[in-house]
Amino acid sequence: MTSLPDEMNTQEHSRRLPTWVVGLAFAALVGFLVLVGLGLRRAQSGPITVGQNVPPFSLTTFGGETFNTADLSGKVIVVNFWASWCKPCEQEAFELEAAYQSYKDGGEVIFLGVDYVDTEPEALDFIKKFGLTYANGPDMRTKISQMFRIQGVPETYIIDREGKLAYVKKGPFLSTGEIQSVINQVLD
Amino acid sequence: MSLTLKKNITRPFIALFAGLLLAGILFTAAEAQNPTPTDNEVNAVAKQLYCPVCENISLDVCPTTACAQWRTLIREQLAEGKTAEEIKEYFVANYGDRVLSTPPTRGFNWLVYILPPLIFLGGVFLVYRVFRSMKTRKPEKPVVPPAEPVDLSQTDPYLAQIEAELEQHRKHGQ
Repeated sequence: MTSLPDEMNTQEHSRRLPTWVVGLAFAALVGFLVLVGLGLRRAQSGPITVGQNVPPFSLTTFGGETFNTADLSGKVIVVNFWASWCKPCEQEAFELEAAYQSYKDGGEVIFLGVDYVDTEPEALDFIKKFGLTYANGPDMRTKISQMFRIQGVPETYIIDREGKLAYVKKGPFLSTGEIQSVINQVLD
Repeated sequence: MSLTLKKNITRPFIALFAGLLLAGILFTAAEAQNPTPTDNEVNAVAKQLYCPVCENISLDVCPTTACAQWRTLIREQLAEGKTAEEIKEYFVANYGDRVLSTPPTRGFNWLVYILPPLIFLGGVFLVYRVFRSMKTRKPEKPVVPPAEPVDLSQTDPYLAQIEAELEQHRKHGQ
């Protein structure tokens, strides 16, 4: 015969959730917290700063040619974010093309125009209007702009020969000379 | 006017009329196949998409040039006969998942759809258990065996003395 407190303990025990349910709930909670933590860490990791290595990325131009920065080591890469709906981008378009023309034959500087959240017909009109001849392509799924964490357009990032970020320009360049001066510093 | 002359004049008119009629039929058929989508049709798709430039504004009400371009793109794609789903897929492929008003059901996004109902069901289950235990729980008063009359004067010497004195007093009083 069981005593009264023993019966009460047995009843209390039967009311409790099964151990596996409690374990599963805790595991789900921990998993959820880990996910939230990873998300927060990712969200709070700032943009690539000057001196940091730039992860390799690829850009497929409107013409279908693909440029992979991993294959361009030893060269200075000028990454310009633009959009056809962006008025300040128009200010620097001619200057960028002029700068590209001055480095084109040397082969040491690669210009990549990354078209940010744009529609292709308007982007092609923009390229035609300003006579851009350097590589330009859409930022598919906004992967490149997210990697650089751009805040708007235009923005220009210059990557040195070692693949490190050497210079950041937010807003339009005001002259070809300004662009050349920055690129020359990175080349030296 | 001779019969031959009449025929010569009438035939070109008939041919012209037949040509115009045929052109009209073909134009109407072409129009029926690719009707120009209305603003409502465009906005019905645009409402399901968000402007990736100006955050938290749906494409149907976004006033920027970029959004106007995207609405034009939607109109063009609708005219080409694409469905809303196909257009959304195109936008996701070009601009990423963040253009969608609701997260796509893949990868970790499933948690958004699974966790709330699971948490709700878990809460319902807990409430049910708590109510059930409150209903079935017996009063938890300790069961005390019935008290038997105890003559405390037999155990306590002071009480025994008081009892004895009271007894004496009672006898003297009588």
